[in-house]
Amino acid sequence: MNILSGITILLAYQLVGEVLVFFADLSIPGPVVGLLLLLVTLIVKGGVGESLEGVSKTLLTHLSLLFVPAGVGVMVHFQRIEAEWLSMGLALLLSTLLSLAFTALLLRLMVGFNARRRQGDG
Amino acid sequence: MAEQEFFRLWVYLSTSPLLWLTVTLVVYQIAYVISKAVNNHPLLNPVAVTVAALIGLLELTDTSFIDYFDGAQFIHFLLGPATVALAVPLYNQLSQLRRLWLPLATGLIVGVAFAGLSAVGIAKLLGASQATLLSLAPKSVTAPIAMGVAEKIGGLPSLTAALVVMTGIIGAVVGNKLFDLLRVREDSIRGFALGLTSHGIGTARAFQLSEEMGAFSGLAMALSAFTTALLLPWLLAFLGIIN
Repeated sequence: MNILSGITILLAYQLVGEVLVFFADLSIPGPVVGLLLLLVTLIVKGGVGESLEGVSKTLLTHLSLLFVPAGVGVMVHFQRIEAEWLSMGLALLLSTLLSLAFTALLLRLMVGFNARRRQGDG
Repeated sequence: MAEQEFFRLWVYLSTSPLLWLTVTLVVYQIAYVISKAVNNHPLLNPVAVTVAALIGLLELTDTSFIDYFDGAQFIHFLLGPATVALAVPLYNQLSQLRRLWLPLATGLIVGVAFAGLSAVGIAKLLGASQATLLSLAPKSVTAPIAMGVAEKIGGLPSLTAALVVMTGIIGAVVGNKLFDLLRVREDSIRGFALGLTSHGIGTARAFQLSEEMGAFSGLAMALSAFTTALLLPWLLAFLGIIN
């Protein structure tokens, strides 16, 4: 597999994203803009090349590895965490649980509504 | 003499990015094998295990985070191209997306507001400081944008990065169990809720479970990055939490 063209495509789209964000002074990250541009390109082109497919799969299979350096950064904040661990920990835990449940239930409700609406259309 | 040799070697290695880059990869692979061996049991999430082990090693060897990051930045850098790469699974799920755009758009906007405000509300009730509150607000979006938002609203970006990772781990650990309890069975909905709440770490977990769940999680992660950046600062100002 030729991984070179796949990785070049990803970096080029990220670069274009970063440049656009810089010049348009957007408050969203460059890679997210790159993602949308690549998605539009794939839709227009009507297919994903073999190299890009392979590189993306490899990167996404090990996506969790890429968060490790930021995660280790927790150690810089041990003092503040020690002082506020209860409120921080509970807020994180409860808010994450509630958000997961709330979003999932809301989506299920909306998907059911959407299916009925589309049935009504047809 | 051997001890002196070892000390010289350590001084040499600890000033080069090679050591901690390699250690990170080795530790992650061990954590990954362990996680596979226990059937991806959520409590042995590879990110959580790797982060804990690395912090232990750094404390043990008296290494600062800055020295560590000299090596680890090469891994950190790949977050950018990996975000762009999410376009591929998204493209493969396009027909699903066309079918579900209305519920997803609603879930996105309401979910993003809920994820940010619930954290701020709970922390405020429990008496957290203002800097902590504002660092918590963007906890559900992917690290680079969360840090940008934190800076904009007056939080501490590097604390936000840590809270973002912890949120990701919590979601990855409890998400699937919670969806089972709530009897939410569709992979598309599970993925979207997990990606919206727990960004890339949730997405990594979702890809372990199914390609469809991963794609929807990646979609939610990308869209919530946009939505949070646009909505959250305005919402916090509207509620009088920031001026």
